[in-house]
Amino acid sequence: MSNRAPSDWRPSCSPAMLRRRAELLRKIRQFFAEREVLEVETPLLSHGTVTDPHLSVFSTAYGGDPSQRLYLQTSPEFAMKRLLAAGTGSIYQICKAFRNEEYGRFHNPEFTLLEWYRVGFGLDELIEETDALLRMVSQATRNLAPSEHTSYRGAFLTHAGLDPLDAGLEDFADCASRHGLQEAAEIGGADRAIWLDLLFSHLVQPRLGRNRFTFVRDFPAILPSLARFKSNDERLVERVEVFLDGMELGNGFFELNDPLEQERRFDRDIAARLDAGRPVPEKDGRLLEALQAGLPDCAGIAIGVDRLLLGLNRLEAIAETLAFPLATA
Amino acid sequence: MAFVSTSEFKNGLKVMLDGDPATILESEFVKPGKGQAFNRVKLRNLKTGRVIERTFKSGDTLETADVVDVEMQYLYNDGELWHFMVPESFEQYAADSNAVGDAKKWLKEQDICILTLFNNIPLAVQPPNFVELTIVETDPGVRGDTSGGGGKPATLDTGAVVRVPLFVQTGEVIKVDTRTGEYVSRVK
Repeated sequence: MSNRAPSDWRPSCSPAMLRRRAELLRKIRQFFAEREVLEVETPLLSHGTVTDPHLSVFSTAYGGDPSQRLYLQTSPEFAMKRLLAAGTGSIYQICKAFRNEEYGRFHNPEFTLLEWYRVGFGLDELIEETDALLRMVSQATRNLAPSEHTSYRGAFLTHAGLDPLDAGLEDFADCASRHGLQEAAEIGGADRAIWLDLLFSHLVQPRLGRNRFTFVRDFPAILPSLARFKSNDERLVERVEVFLDGMELGNGFFELNDPLEQERRFDRDIAARLDAGRPVPEKDGRLLEALQAGLPDCAGIAIGVDRLLLGLNRLEAIAETLAFPLATA
Repeated sequence: MAFVSTSEFKNGLKVMLDGDPATILESEFVKPGKGQAFNRVKLRNLKTGRVIERTFKSGDTLETADVVDVEMQYLYNDGELWHFMVPESFEQYAADSNAVGDAKKWLKEQDICILTLFNNIPLAVQPPNFVELTIVETDPGVRGDTSGGGGKPATLDTGAVVRVPLFVQTGEVIKVDTRTGEYVSRVK
């Protein structure tokens, strides 16, 4: 990631890919214009940040003063929810998001996110609209099979032969060693969330969305993020992820709008960060105030635009979609 | 002891894995949405040559392996060990059959090889890319045949057997590519 040879000034993607990116952005904007969803902009640099135990944030100090800490957003979700609480109605945004320490074939620490919120939508309507958008933008470049819909539990049962809700720690370990992941027991330990992340990302995800979009919904409540509990089954939350060719494109929720539960999740995240010895950010008080004022019932999703471009054009790595990935930024 | 974290993993890095030195062949960052990040890593055990796939939690560390490549001159084989010398320092090293491996059939005295040392003990021997060796035995070919179609086996003074064109005769010196085991040319 250091400075390289002087010949590195050239972009890592082709001119054709720059045109395809522009075309993709144009189509997305047209899609939302037709549906009368308002385009908004929120700050990339903010006083508050997320508490997610597994996200690492870039930070800086205004005027070099350490007490004036500012964070590069990992997603515009908090700011957009403040807009929703202020009564904007349905909104969307195409912006940069930043995640420290995420760098690899499918990750660049700076990436482009499409995020939108639909007031009055539940998870079903959100999935339907996401599918319509994804199929519309894919038409010209890839001939995909009809989208597939499954539950988190169903995907796990099909591809890992394990029930993620009922499984005990021994079942997780058995499943891992059956699939040749001998080292898993040491990684997973007694942490169910890590076990689920490990088995999902190694065994389930690579088999999802072969030449089609696959929507996986109803996540276990121990992976809640900002989703509401399912009203008829408290073991689950109203969360959806969408995949193409084993690659995750997006994550959406029927949005939690209970300020007390939101604060409980912040506190739980912060405790987890303390345990892991990671830096602990302050809870975003402005988001909590917005939730207290009242977030309308809504569903929202974030889609990685670079990955979508990667998948639609069957590329090997995210760097092929970017003018200047981190290595040459 | 030095440790490296998963974010510093890169191809060619030498680390300790299960008590053996290993080289990283490939490291892929895997992260489910907002969940725990992992690194899927492919490594080659430098003692056994076996390729291993292993998952680490991102942020985990491995001890680096004290493995270095040193150019040395091959001296002689005493029937059990192969002896090498660093030309600048005259320091000598003895490699066993396991470390010499396939290289043994290409080793000619005074040739410069690359020895991989782990804790100062030879772990592997890489012969020069090209060696010049003498043919000690091959069938007499038809004189004037330069088409080479298929060629014939020839035994070299180190014991290696390579296919050579029909016109090449016993007693001649030939150049061989040790990476492919193929005949390159005659040496005048």
